[in-house]
Amino acid sequence: MNKFDFSNIKSKLQLLTKEDIEKIHSSAIKILEKTGIMFDNKEALKIFNENGFEVNFEKKIVKINEEAIKEAIIKAPSKIIIYDRNGKEALFLEENNVYYNPGSAAINILDIETNNIRKPTSKDLEKFSILVDSLSYIHAQSTALIVSDVPKIISDRYRLYIILKNAIKPIITGAFTIDGLHDMIRMLNVVTDGKVHEKPIAIFDVCPSPPLMWSEITSQNLIDCARYMVPAEIVPMPLSGATSPVTLAGTIVQHTAEALSGVVLSQIVNPKAPIIYGGSPAIFDMRYGTTPMGAIETIMIDCSYSLIGKYYGLPTHAYLGLSDSKIVDIQAGFESTIGIILGALTGINVISGPGMIDFESCQSMEKLVIDNEVCGMALRLIKGMNVTEDTLAIELIEKIGPGGQFLTSKHTLEWFKKELFIPSGIIDRLERKAWIEKNQKDCIQRAKEIVRKILEENKPKRLEPEKEEELNRIIKNSIKRYEDK
Amino acid sequence: MSNLILLNKIAKAVVDLNDKEVKELVEEALKIGVNPIEIIEEGLSKGLKEVGLLYEKGEYYIPHLMIAAEIFKENIEKLKPFLSTKETKSKTLGKVLIGTVKGDLHDLGKNLVAIMLSINGFEVIDLGKDVPTELFIEKIKEHNPDVLGLSALMSTTMYEQKNIIKALEDSGLRSKVKVIVGGAPVTKEWAEEIGADGYAENAIEAVKIVKNLLKKND
Repeated sequence: MNKFDFSNIKSKLQLLTKEDIEKIHSSAIKILEKTGIMFDNKEALKIFNENGFEVNFEKKIVKINEEAIKEAIIKAPSKIIIYDRNGKEALFLEENNVYYNPGSAAINILDIETNNIRKPTSKDLEKFSILVDSLSYIHAQSTALIVSDVPKIISDRYRLYIILKNAIKPIITGAFTIDGLHDMIRMLNVVTDGKVHEKPIAIFDVCPSPPLMWSEITSQNLIDCARYMVPAEIVPMPLSGATSPVTLAGTIVQHTAEALSGVVLSQIVNPKAPIIYGGSPAIFDMRYGTTPMGAIETIMIDCSYSLIGKYYGLPTHAYLGLSDSKIVDIQAGFESTIGIILGALTGINVISGPGMIDFESCQSMEKLVIDNEVCGMALRLIKGMNVTEDTLAIELIEKIGPGGQFLTSKHTLEWFKKELFIPSGIIDRLERKAWIEKNQKDCIQRAKEIVRKILEENKPKRLEPEKEEELNRIIKNSIKRYEDK
Repeated sequence: MSNLILLNKIAKAVVDLNDKEVKELVEEALKIGVNPIEIIEEGLSKGLKEVGLLYEKGEYYIPHLMIAAEIFKENIEKLKPFLSTKETKSKTLGKVLIGTVKGDLHDLGKNLVAIMLSINGFEVIDLGKDVPTELFIEKIKEHNPDVLGLSALMSTTMYEQKNIIKALEDSGLRSKVKVIVGGAPVTKEWAEEIGADGYAENAIEAVKIVKNLLKKND
């Protein structure tokens, strides 16, 4: 992809015009030049200072000029390939390629048997990773649950440990601590035979704190990711009306400024460091003080800032496919579907969120299985209409003629799997009589059955014993480090 | 204008979120010698309470609450020089020291809790965000609050809540103050695990929890 190029934007859904993008871009630059952005991290301030940026050490504010921003965007790679645990190319983050992965870091899980929420355990995450590995349209794992049965201080690396041990797909993750990231890189190096910088199998989320701030930990995580040449996903999370202007355009301006500041830091630490233009913004519900992820305006903000990322020629990411509903119900279905579909039409490369309910706090395995189906439909949608001589099928229509049928023609056999999305058991297309005979189950009951069946039939894809041993050692060491303290 | 009409006007101006008018009316009341305590109770607090009610009815939204609280705070500051400390103390339901723990730059939720507590008649001392443990301890010694509120938005910083409770124990202050914790990743179980006295999901809940905790105290 070219940099600063409107022709990068081939999205089927374009909520911003070329002029809008120009205005947002120049407004964000104005903010970074004039007001600057705060980095609550000594090393970040030092790096900026040494590279000739205007730094106010007392206020921890860095001012970033247009030239530096342009330079960073031009240096940052346009294409990032993410590998799976077997070293196979899995995600091509560029152009309008769309990949889904579950929402991350849920503090709760909706128990499939009791329908109650509870604290997730390591076992839950293990099951969850097996489920994700078996779902066709969920392309990557995520450290989806914060497990409650290990000490909180090591839970960032422990989540990664569980997934690396049990599943193959690439991983979207993040560190909660400064040294957590280093341990996690060590683990990834074990799995990739020391090649994490060449063949990344994980992406790290790093989140600025709105408005216009970076905390000590996330600044350091961003610096360290750049040093390791490990893909970092910048995830600004402005809340319209609360920690950013209530107007959607204003929120996108702030998002742009926060994201760009991260791109600049990563590229001055290490030119060409892989960086993904992401985010998890939301509007702010003025009645309850909540941050609805399923709100149409939240989705509009996501689909808009992604176009800015495309204009910069960077891979993009967003949190879509989540619902604010507390249970898996119709609200969960329609809110998630709107996000999944509009995100696909925008051509966002990494879409995180499926499975998630209760804003960003609770994972549901049955919802993940339902969302997987919607992701499949969305991917079918963006494949679009295939209009060729063969698909127009004039000769065939003439051959079959009035009153004939197409079911037994070779053309049907050849094309139906390419043209039609074949749903799983989630979607019911039986006629009523057959449905009644089949126990009259609704979509959620069917989803639960599918989850149980997948977990019964699929075993964990275990890592080689020597590598697992090495991971155990890293985890044990990090536990010991905290015990000694 | 009789005092009562003037005080009602102040309350109404607070409800209308008309900061300019509130300011002028408070000045006028002071000038004609209305007791500052009355200005607060029958004017500003009454208005703020009405704002709270409108919010609960669904007619007002969070921005209304925040703006009303700001008007309230500004005018209280102006009235403070006219009040004796004894008077203020007897008029509040209790004192709450509140802050977002070290390493955490988020303070939206904490601010809402502070506002809801002030609306409901508590004296709130807000230490802001990114507050180190030592400062919490120092300020508890200085202000002697009834309740300490600790906010953390990130799963990393909620660990700090535990450290602060431990520091309270170590410095012998734990029995003198009730501790409530809150923030997105914080749960009832976490509150229990770290030995907090209470946990609230949201700002309205927080007021109920604080009221309950102080009742038990009596």
